[in-house]
Amino acid sequence: MIWFKKDILSNGEESKSVKVPVGLWVKCEHCGEIIYKKEAERNLDVCPKCNYHFRISALARINIVVDEGTFVEHDPLLEPVDGLDFKDLKKYKDRIKASQKETGLKDSLVSGEGLIGGQRAMLAAFDFSFMGGSMGSVVGEKIARMVERAVEAGCGVVIFSSSGGARMQESILSLMQMAKTSAALAKLKEAGLPYISVLTDPTMGGVTASFAMLGDVIVAEPRALVGFAGPRVIAETIRQKLPEGFQRAEYLLEHGMIDMIVERKMMKETLSRLLAMLAEKQG
Amino acid sequence: MVYRHWLEFEKPVEEIEKKIEELKAFQSEGPSRHADEIAKLEKKAKNLLKDIYSRLTPSQVTQVARHPDRPYTLDYIQNIFEDFMELHGDRCFKDDPAIVGGIARLEGAPVLVLGQQKGRNTKDKVLRNFGMPHPEGYRKALRLMELAERFRRPIFTFIDTPGAYPGIGAEERGQSEAIATNLMAMSRLKVPIVTTVIGEGGSGGALAIGVADRVLMMEFSTYSVISPEGCAAILWKDGTKADLAAKALKIEAEELLKMGVVDKVVKEPVGGAHREPDAAYKNLKSALISSLKELSPLGQEDLIEARYKKFRGMGVFSEPKRY
Ligand SMILES: [Zn+2]
Repeated sequence: MIWFKKDILSNGEESKSVKVPVGLWVKCEHCGEIIYKKEAERNLDVCPKCNYHFRISALARINIVVDEGTFVEHDPLLEPVDGLDFKDLKKYKDRIKASQKETGLKDSLVSGEGLIGGQRAMLAAFDFSFMGGSMGSVVGEKIARMVERAVEAGCGVVIFSSSGGARMQESILSLMQMAKTSAALAKLKEAGLPYISVLTDPTMGGVTASFAMLGDVIVAEPRALVGFAGPRVIAETIRQKLPEGFQRAEYLLEHGMIDMIVERKMMKETLSRLLAMLAEKQG
Repeated sequence: MVYRHWLEFEKPVEEIEKKIEELKAFQSEGPSRHADEIAKLEKKAKNLLKDIYSRLTPSQVTQVARHPDRPYTLDYIQNIFEDFMELHGDRCFKDDPAIVGGIARLEGAPVLVLGQQKGRNTKDKVLRNFGMPHPEGYRKALRLMELAERFRRPIFTFIDTPGAYPGIGAEERGQSEAIATNLMAMSRLKVPIVTTVIGEGGSGGALAIGVADRVLMMEFSTYSVISPEGCAAILWKDGTKADLAAKALKIEAEELLKMGVVDKVVKEPVGGAHREPDAAYKNLKSALISSLKELSPLGQEDLIEARYKKFRGMGVFSEPKRY
């Protein structure tokens, strides 16, 4: 999603006369359509022309599916630490600070609990704008805790993934979060509680190769890019053109990797029905 | 013995070794005119090698971990275990030669062994896909590990892979799902699991057989979330900065031991496992036996809970208390 800068819209007669202020318009990354921001918001940040689902913040995502006023955030104070003293072109410490300032979040995952159409669930959502939604120790810890809480509370888990994968600045410790989160989900499975994984654009690398593909039910938003290796890396390795629609949600559905594709406007209802059908106590 | 593959930083030793070879060739014509000279040079070479290997940079360790003469999984299996019988296939799609596994005996006791396998010559390298598994490889590994669980056999896995394969088929057949399923399933297996990183421990493809009760690392192997080259390309936007990335990532055995990701570093002979493979086999064999001994007294539930806690505790973060 690209927010227009003032100079793009303020250099014509027309824009002068209608006085377009900053950030009122948004351009669809997929079809290029320019949409009035309010209209996009009314449409849950989905392009009215081509149905492309924009990347949205973690809180926006949670707000779309929880019953009003029921969401309680958990572990809001968990913060990343630069355990390796990692520095690439920038220090990891500085990247953390910059991302925190820009997003108002401590790290790339917001977790908590709430009701989804009356169904109690532990839920979490990634914010791709925080260091590409990358998974480090904080993400792993939050997911492990939420899954453990679900086992204790006897409710289901819903995770909205959107991530570039493991956070390289935490090196091997980020890799180990894959094992940690998957091990926690094994406990949920043994407890007979449902986990619904929602794949949103994009979900890649270590996140896909751990909890994101472990859902009892795996749901994806339309056109979401989902995979382990990125398309550019694959194209460079095999030196051939990738098939049309490769690694998109529709392609994954066709290849048997996910259960269903659900539009954002139907997400809440779908999750609520799934949770009820899987977790509802019988007799 | 002259090695075919000398690494750049070993050049000074190579030169001495060449001199020794020349003297030896000369000597074969008559009695030991140069015996003293040779003995002196051999000592010099050994000391120099020891010195070089005592202060390898992270990117030099990476080169040793990828050394073409380095013992591979099948070498360790054949030299540590007896009676190895290879088992094939994932029962779904195909047999993946990049992961080998089967049943064997360790000091007479039946066990399960498996690991990524690299090829030695060009043809073999292609067959083994350079040690990069496809989803069917992880699925074969899981099938074998579940077989071990049914028959209550301990599991020994050997990690040696650049990583999962970035290919169309691997993605289409769900390598993410295959890796994820292994992580989840391994965390609950009811038998002891001992993993050893013997060469390259590359990312998710490595971890897919690495959720173990004990994780060992050969002294000059590496274990990382991404290859130094890949990391450099992304974070430095320059693939040639791999030496900087290797350093920043802290991918060597001692560093991982400090971080609590690895339980034990297994010593390699001077100059790396490939120079004296028998010494490497011996060291690893005794480490495997003692690791298994530590785990044997644990009941199934304690074993699984300890494994859970081990991985549950990995990671660093801060959590200020609310006031
Ligand atoms: Zn559009």
